[in-house]
Parts: sequence; C-alpha cells; structure tokens
Amino acid sequence: MAVSLSVNGKSYSVDVPPQMPLLWVLRDVVGLTGTKFGCGMALCGACTVHVNGVAQRSCILPVNAVKGPVTTIEGLSASGDHPVQKAWIANNVPQCGYCQAGQIMQAAALLARTPSPSDADIDAAMGGNICRCGTYTRIRAAVKQAAKQGGTR
Amino acid sequence: MNPPVDRTTHRDDLIVANVSRRRFLQGLSLGGLVLAVGYPSAARAEEKKYGADGMPNGWVDSPVAFVSIADNGTVTIVCHRSEMGQGVRTGMPMIVADELEADWKRVRVAQAPGDEKKFGNQDTDGSRSTRHFFEPMRRCGAAARTMLEAAAAERWKVPVSEVEAKNHEVVHRPTGRRLGYGALARAAASQPVPARETLRLKDPKQFRYIGKGQLKLVDGPDIATGKAQYGIDTRLPGMLYAVVARPPVYGGKVVSFDPAEALKVPGVERVVQIEASPPPAHFNPLGGVAVLASNTWAAMQGRKALKITWDNGPNAGYDSVAFKATLEESARTPGKVVRNDGDFTAAAAGAARRHDAEYYIPHLAHATMEAPAATVRIANGKCDVWACVQSPQATRDLVAKRLGMSADDVTVHVTLLGGGFGRKSKPDYAIEAAVLSKAVDGKPVKVTWTREDDLHNSYYHTVSVEHLEAGVDGQGKPVAWLHRSVAPTIISTFNAEAKNEAPFELGMGVINVPFAIPNIRIENPEAKAHTRIGWFRSVSNIPHAFAVQSFVAELAAAAGRDPKDFLPEMLGDTWNHGESPERYPVDTGRLRGVVETVAREAGWGRKLPKGHGLGIAAHYSFVSYIAAVVEVAVDDKGTLTIPRVDMAVDCGATVNPDRVRSQMEGACVMGVGIATQSEISFKEGRVEQDNFNDYVVTRMAEAPRIVRVHIVPGDYSKPMGGVGEPGVPPIPPALCNAIYAATGKRIRRLPIGDQLKV
Repeated sequence: MAVSLSVNGKSYSVDVPPQMPLLWVLRDVVGLTGTKFGCGMALCGACTVHVNGVAQRSCILPVNAVKGPVTTIEGLSASGDHPVQKAWIANNVPQCGYCQAGQIMQAAALLARTPSPSDADIDAAMGGNICRCGTYTRIRAAVKQAAKQGGTR
Repeated sequence: MNPPVDRTTHRDDLIVANVSRRRFLQGLSLGGLVLAVGYPSAARAEEKKYGADGMPNGWVDSPVAFVSIADNGTVTIVCHRSEMGQGVRTGMPMIVADELEADWKRVRVAQAPGDEKKFGNQDTDGSRSTRHFFEPMRRCGAAARTMLEAAAAERWKVPVSEVEAKNHEVVHRPTGRRLGYGALARAAASQPVPARETLRLKDPKQFRYIGKGQLKLVDGPDIATGKAQYGIDTRLPGMLYAVVARPPVYGGKVVSFDPAEALKVPGVERVVQIEASPPPAHFNPLGGVAVLASNTWAAMQGRKALKITWDNGPNAGYDSVAFKATLEESARTPGKVVRNDGDFTAAAAGAARRHDAEYYIPHLAHATMEAPAATVRIANGKCDVWACVQSPQATRDLVAKRLGMSADDVTVHVTLLGGGFGRKSKPDYAIEAAVLSKAVDGKPVKVTWTREDDLHNSYYHTVSVEHLEAGVDGQGKPVAWLHRSVAPTIISTFNAEAKNEAPFELGMGVINVPFAIPNIRIENPEAKAHTRIGWFRSVSNIPHAFAVQSFVAELAAAAGRDPKDFLPEMLGDTWNHGESPERYPVDTGRLRGVVETVAREAGWGRKLPKGHGLGIAAHYSFVSYIAAVVEVAVDDKGTLTIPRVDMAVDCGATVNPDRVRSQMEGACVMGVGIATQSEISFKEGRVEQDNFNDYVVTRMAEAPRIVRVHIVPGDYSKPMGGVGEPGVPPIPPALCNAIYAATGKRIRRLPIGDQLKV
C-alpha cells in the first residue's frame, strides 16, 4: 500500500504495510537513520520526532496514523544550528550520543511550547527520554542555555 | 571491564620471542600522501608483562599507522579504540595532535578497522585506552612532528636544529621562513621514522590541548544533527534485515520450528536456523531461528509468527529467589580461603564486640541504548563486517573462524557504539550476522537486537552475596575481618566448570581490601553459573565496594564515630599487605586523599534540611581512586531524591578533563540506577524483565540534580589511571550510607526498590 508522507519538507510515497511504525519507515525505507530504535514501546524516547511540531514516539506510531508533516533530527535545522543543537554541542552533552537525537527533538518541542522551562517542566518533558550514559545534568544545562538563547529557532 | 582470560581465543598467539625491548625502524615508502609502512610489531620481553605490554598485540606508536597529512594540510589521525561515549575519538587524537603541533581545526579523525598488528591492542575495555596509549600516542605525534621538521630543514638546506614545528607549520628560526604541514607532507613521508629514543617529547607546560579540556567532541556536531553512524545504522544495497529468536534459557536449543506463518508476512524473505552453541557460551551465538526480511519491522513481525519448540536444557530451573537462598547458605559456610592474615577466629573470639552483615546485588544488564547490531557482507572471498564492537580484532578472528576464512580476508569496520559498558566486548551478534550472510550467499545481512533480545540474552553482571564479619576492640576499631564473597564467575562463560571467582574478580576490592587490620580472612565459597556471566562496567567492584563500604559505615555507626573520620583511619599509611605494588597497586595515601577532598568539597558536616543525609564511600579500581559523598532526601512517604553528589577522582594526570568529568557524571547516574532500581531476575530459566518498563534505569527526575566532580591534579610523569569504570563502585554504598544518615535504615539488598516506602 502506498502511503504519502512529508519528511523534513520532502514528499515521499512509500509502499509499506499501513501498520508499520513511522520509525522503521524512516530508517529502513526512507533511509533517514538519525531517528533511533531504543525500545519499540515508547519507553525510552530515542525515536522521538515531531509530527506537526509535536514530539511523538515514532516507534509506536503506525505510518497511516501520521497526520501532518514529520520533522526528524536531520531536518530540525538546515545546518545544525537550532539553538538546542548549538547548546548540545557547546555543553559537550553527548557521551555515546545514541539517545541524543531523541533528547534534542524532545527538548526542541518543549522549548517551542515553553520558552523558559522550570526544572519541573524539564523533568516532566524529558522524563520519557532515557540516557543510559547518564548525561542528565548536562541535558538540563543545555536546555536552559538554549532557552536563554531564544529557544526555538 | 577486564576480559576474563585476556581474550581467550588468541592468547596463545601473542607471545613474541624476545628480540629486544627496543623496536627497530623500517624505512618508509611514499604512499601518496600517507605516511606508509610500519614499524615491525613490537618485540616483547619475556618477563611478566604489565599494562599495554601485557595486552594482546601490545601497543604501536608509529605515525605511519596513525597519521597522514594531505597536500592541503589536513591532518588525519586514526583512533584505534572504539568510541562508546568515553570520548576516546576526541582524547586519543588530541594526544597525537598536541605532540604533532597540529592545529586542531585542521585535524580529522578516522576510525581504525580491527587490525591489532597494525595498531596495537584494540580491546576497548578495562578503562585502559588512555592509560595504555598516552605514551605511545605522544611518541607517535612527536615522531611525525620530527619528520616534518626534517623535511623542512632538507628543503631549506639548514640544520634541523634551526627549525621548529609550531601550530601546523615549520618555522626556520633564524630567517622566519615558514612552510605549512600540507606543503611538507610528501617530503615528510619519505623521511625515516625517527628512533624512539631520539624523540623529543614536549614539556607538559607546552601542551596546547592535553589537560586543557577546551576542545569540543569531534562527533558532537554529527550526533546533534543525526549524521553519526552507529552499528544499527548500516545500510547496504540489497541488504536483508534480520532478527533472531534465541533460546529463552541459557543452554537451550531448538527442537523443531515451523517457518510457514513467518514466511507469509509481507517482506519476509528467508527463515534460517542458527546452530546452538552449547555452554560455555564464549562469544558464540546462542543459536535460534532468524527471520530475514526487506526491513526490520517485517523481520520482527515474521519472528512473532514463528512456531518454535525449545529444549530449555539444564538451566530451565534457574530461579533468582531460590538462588539467592543458595548463595546465602554458601556465604554462611566456610569456603576456599584466598587470603589469611593473622588469626581471624581467635581475634574475633577475643574481640570486645562482633558485627556481621550480608549484602546482595542481583544480576544486571548493560542495556546499552543501542542494542547489539551488526552487518556482514561476504563477496569475492572477502568478508566485511560493520559493527558496534569494543573488540574489533576478536570480532575479526571469531567471524573468520566461524566462516572458515582467514582473518586476513575479514575486515571489521568499527562504527560508533551506542553505549558499550562491556556488552559489546562480546561479538556474538557479529557472528550471527556472518552466519546469516553466508546462508544467503554472502548478501549483506544486518542483525538488529530488540530491547527484549538485549535483556533476555545478555552477558549479565553476576549475582552475589557478600558476607562480612568483624570483631572490634573497645574503641570500635576492627581487629578481625572476615569477608566471604560468593558469586558466579565470569570464567564460567569460558569454562562451564568454573565455580570460584577469578583472581581478577577477587582483586576488585576483596583480597586487596585496603585496611590495616591484623587479622583478615577472605573466603570464596563456590557458586555455579546458570546464565552467561559477563563483565559490566566496573565488574566485581560493584558488589565488593557496596559490601565493604557499607560495612565500614556500619562499623562506624556501631562505634558511634563519624564515618568520614572512621574510614580513613582504617587505611594504613603505605601498607600494602607486603605485596608488590604492581600486583596489589593500592596506594592508601591517595585513597585517603580523595576521601579528604570529597569531604571538604561536599561540605561534610554541613547543616541539612530534615529528611536529608550525607553518605561517604571510597573505592580503588582500575588503578584510580574515587570517593563520593551523596546527599539524599527521603520524604515521609519514603520517596528518595538525590539533590547532590560530589565525587573526587585521582586518576593521575588527565588528557581531557571534560571527559573525566562526564565519565564520573555518567558513572554516578549508573551507580544510582544500580542502587535504586535495576534488577535482572530469572524464573524457570528465563529473564523476567522485557523492556524499560520492568528493567528500570535512572531517568532525569531520579538522577542527582547536581553532580560535582573534583579532579585531584596529577603529574604527567606518573602513570595514568582508568576513568570509564571506577566512578561506579563508590556510588551505591555512598547512597545507602546517606539513606542511613537520613533515616536510620540500613540497606543491604539492592536494588532499594520500595524498601524505603512507608
């Protein structure tokens, strides 16, 4: 079945089962591997993308339920200069980096809605994103720095 | 993480006859812009070898292996260790670049394939990369710098003593003439590599990058933009995507299977059985049934549709509740004596008071965010592997062995690792991909492990009971110390009969307990393994430090003493059991130093809000000294939060202090998870946890809000210590000691779970 999809401003028509999660469509069919597989059950946040600007777990989102344009880490900014990306690089947030695409997408969605998040806001928004390397203190610092520098884009 | 038996497969190949400790230099040929050809591999002395000398294939310090310079001046430095978050792809090239006087902005980092003859040992575990390769990488950079200087002197026809490399160019001091590294690259490549003993290393005061911490991560921008390539990200033309149904019980195997329903799933192309490897597991695949499809999702759907009858084998009865009782029984019965100083029994009988305690830590899984993944393609007699592995040479050798090929025909391309923690030292998943590629005539096959696969079929951290008894004098000072450590050994993964902890396990804080007590007996009763036991970040230091550092705090409390004063008093001055410092390298002065530093920095004794408490612990591991003070808050419902942790680290001098800090921060979070929530348990031979809903790891709100890392300044002329692992062990006991301070409740069984709930 052909499914139409807008990803990072480009249109795709993909021939996949309608129940296939967006994650696997992105990774294996479209070929955008920046969105990561961590758990397959929306438990870890590694697969976070934006659908209509809202953070979504792509690992449990059937592709036929995607209603709106999708933004992945590859499309968050044209040249890697979204304030969240810049803050991540400036704070040397990543260790292994595997979860960080999801963390960045989650943080960008948070700041789009809540430009000056409190610690409790950050805990609530980022609580679904696991970092096994334990970079949480730097994630928090980078979210706050990105917020100071004008948050969204 | 220490390999159990030095990487069992090629241990025997490693012994090279002693020609001389000095390595001779081969001439260099022009390899385009690349400094080509290498030193002959190191000739090894036959005496007992330590450090990098004692590792398979040792070390290499040739710029020919590690450095190339392009005409445009771009310097490419090879990183031969695997990047799994420790920052090695930044730190290792930084060492070379510093001695090379390279401008970091013009440095590119290339990842080495698995090739230890060329690059030296590549086993990225045991917290060893920097401490084993700091000196070779310095020499490597210095040699390349010397070659550039020699080329410039030749060009200008001036004595080499008049020229000096400085920030990516060579300067002729008397005339001020300059030549960039790009302009000199070809001529430098034809210079002989200077003899090691003639190399002029920098005075550490001249370092521009080492120890400064100003450089950003080389992979930071790629990670932040989704370009970073991990093992799971490999995509090749015509590639099939595979998932494997593995035996649910260790030692189990397929009796029969029906692939019919799986093959009906759209996208599924093949179903292939992988032969079981009977225990001991080594690094072999567990066997099972693989589904190969046109995408991962289809393979996963196909696997669900498989009908498999399993023979669960001899471990079908493994039950964690029952096994805990078995371990406790063993811990209460005398076992193999592994150290016996003085007379514990007599001293304990004559002691003013006795104190006993038992501590339990369950199995743990590494749960790397990127579960194991590997891709293999076999074509024209060559095999290519793309994998997130900590052990690229072992991967190469074992894939070759399984395929019946020569390792020379196998290339292992090392991707970034989405976490390692010791799991990815064991390349069973790469061998699976190789078996499957072979089954489909060499087509590229990527094997992806799901989170469930990762938790159900890991190489688990052991499960242990630590039994401690002390006799104390009238002041509460211990005069007799008994420690029985009972835990299935990692060796069981290589020798099914092994039931005692190996020296490298007992040496992680049991035998070498750093206390000045005249009567010490250490015993190690037997324990049988019923699953694959493997090394997990900081390995046996976790249970040992938890038990010992909790017990010391219990003794302090029983004596009515401040644990911060009591702990350093138990340490001798330079006392080391009369053993050689190489064999038992504990410097109690440095351990005392980190205790004092962390206590001062944490404001030990400061006034705390109600329900808060401070706990302290210190532990020596991976030749580094770490102490931690944890502040906890426990509310009236028993909810635990961690406002702040202070850690003091003495790992000697540092290359990249920012990554030392980040490793401590991460180790702290992992230690908190081990202490509070994480547990792998077995019932009827199967792991009971499936995913992050029931294998609980620390999330942001539960993580310490503040982690302050205090690095004790080091001296570059002294050996460096490890950093990746030693931050973990002091955290669980410091946390539990803080809970005791806050609530009076002593935790002896991890994870804490709901033990604090009211």
